Amino acid sequence: MAAKVLTITSGKGGVGKTTTTANLAVSLARDGKKVVCIDGDIGLRNLDVVLGLENRIVYDLVDVIEGRCRLRQAMIRDKRLPELYLIPAAQTRDKNAVSPSDMVRLTDDLRAEFDWVIIDSPAGIERGFRNAIAPADMAVVVTNPEVSAVRDADRIIGLIEAEEKGPARLIINRVNPAMVRRGEMLSAEDVIELLAIELIGIIPEDESVVISTNKGQPVALDGKSRAGEAYHNIARRLNGEKVPFLNLDEKEGLFQKLARMIKPGGN
Amino acid sequence: MAGWLDWLTGQKNKSAGQAKDRLKLVLINDRTDLSPAQLDEMKNELLAVIMRYVPINPDEVNITMSQEGREHRLLADIPLKPAARKR
Ligand SMILES: Nc1ncnc2c1ncn2[C@@H]1O[C@H](COP(=O)(O)OP(=O)(O)O)[C@@H](O)[C@H]1O
Ligand SMILES: [Mg+2]
Repeated sequence: MAAKVLTITSGKGGVGKTTTTANLAVSLARDGKKVVCIDGDIGLRNLDVVLGLENRIVYDLVDVIEGRCRLRQAMIRDKRLPELYLIPAAQTRDKNAVSPSDMVRLTDDLRAEFDWVIIDSPAGIERGFRNAIAPADMAVVVTNPEVSAVRDADRIIGLIEAEEKGPARLIINRVNPAMVRRGEMLSAEDVIELLAIELIGIIPEDESVVISTNKGQPVALDGKSRAGEAYHNIARRLNGEKVPFLNLDEKEGLFQKLARMIKPGGN
Repeated sequence: MAGWLDWLTGQKNKSAGQAKDRLKLVLINDRTDLSPAQLDEMKNELLAVIMRYVPINPDEVNITMSQEGREHRLLADIPLKPAARKR
């Protein structure tokens, strides 16, 4: 096997990188792929709680890099899926404990055994971002349809190109179709036109993301919610399948359409 | 009728349209490292240099930023005045 290393990044915090990492990892593993995800957010460990694996951590990324344990010992296996592993971040305050070349070495040790290595990047454009992008074969930029998130995404896309890791692919997260219809939220088309990179997925704003995160069971574990379905579609696209983008409007029936035409702006 | 057309075609006055227009400008500044003020200054300097060589009407000059993908280019359209021919 020769794993692909996929880095999930964004520039801005809170746009859904960790949620995306967890759900893409789960979706790929559901499709029978061997997946390991790495929490690159040193000092602000979170991928473990989103995946619901926080009680099983013994060793972390920094323990591996500083030689306190073997790589295997820091890999937590997710028992809900055949082949999904997590390497958690350290909660140490020293962000400089990890370097870009450490990350390249670590992922090289994983490549032979996995189909996908997914790295959850911290917010920002500093060391943590450079650590996460250094080993990447492919970079995915997550953004929200909102001015500051799009602006920061553009900065990060430029940096990814500068690091010769481009072209980055785009995930637009937290799209609210009703607001887009009212003209009060940037549409996916708007964001794609502004950022001018290839789209790989659109995730709707979906309260099941919050509920599933509360429980430590990523939405993609079952494909029932709209967000879960959208994440699963991205996983299939990553594996080279041609999957049409979700029609976020399909819930709108004829009645709603008529109501909207009679009362433009309302919804 | 016009109201309906506005509603159907552009939603420029809605906040999404404003966001898009504002972002277009901000992204040009971020990507090129040129502020609107610097861009104006550069245009004026360019005109001054050109006018040292050929007569032009500054009002007819059109300098714009075009975009293709993530690349930008500065386009200058500068009509030249016909030279006063010597007979
Ligand atoms: N599609 C979505 N719908 C609703 N809530 C979401 C969605 N995506 C993310 N969230 C919520 O947004 C917050 C930030 O997400 P997170 O993945 O931690 O962002 P990041 O890792 O980029 O900082 C979390 O509370 C998460 O549950
Ligand atoms: Mg995060």
